[in-house]
Amino acid sequence: MTDRVTDEEVEETYRRLDREAEAGGYHLNPDTEFVKELVRGLLANERRYGYPSCPCRLSLGEKEADADIVCPCDYRDPDLAEYGACYCTLYVTGKVVAGEQKICRVPERRPPGGPTKSTAKRPAPLSGSLPYPVHRCRVCGYLCARDEPPEICPICRAKKERFERFL
Amino acid sequence: MDPIHVDGKKKGRIMLYALSTCGWCAKTKDLLNSLGVEYDYLFVDQLPKDEMEKVYTEIVHRYNPMGSFPTLVINGKAIVGYQEDEIREALV
Repeated sequence: MTDRVTDEEVEETYRRLDREAEAGGYHLNPDTEFVKELVRGLLANERRYGYPSCPCRLSLGEKEADADIVCPCDYRDPDLAEYGACYCTLYVTGKVVAGEQKICRVPERRPPGGPTKSTAKRPAPLSGSLPYPVHRCRVCGYLCARDEPPEICPICRAKKERFERFL
Repeated sequence: MDPIHVDGKKKGRIMLYALSTCGWCAKTKDLLNSLGVEYDYLFVDQLPKDEMEKVYTEIVHRYNPMGSFPTLVINGKAIVGYQEDEIREALV
């Protein structure tokens, strides 16, 4: 199924992800060959499901159920902070790039089958006193105070639907 | 869909649950190939949905509560993730 993805597409997507990562303060894994295999998996998932879900996780093929594992996933930043790499190791920290930290196995922090609705949606604790609502990017934590979240997160490129109401 | 069989040295019952898109699953498969052991593997993401759910539930209940991949089952004992040393130790 993955053989429909061409080398050119992989190369092009790899270059785009690298450019966007560096512009946003992130880094791709310096093991380029391995990363290109992950990119091939992302593109295969995009063809299959319509969204690039994590190549190392099982997708259900339902956008809402898989929302937290669309790359970059909701777990990337906590994993980078704790392990120096995200779950599939597409993204790594500057320390890993500099050779100061080695990538070890990153344990799965996603609950089996995905987050339940109760943990995914938490109620806004404040109301009334703010002139604008505050939206939070679930991927990188970027906050913006305006009526609507941005179409694409300026920091991590996650799409609008990955934002949640924060305040 | 039946698991795909790979011939090799008999080291017991070896079953690899993997995803066709996953780099760490590919590394695990490469390692098994290089060790030349007989094993079966299944790309769980390529199963029809009802079968996928059945297999996934079995993996979670019997071998790996986190439901992550690769899950390698060697004679009933699961090794979760690409654990080169553990896999070599179990098979050499």
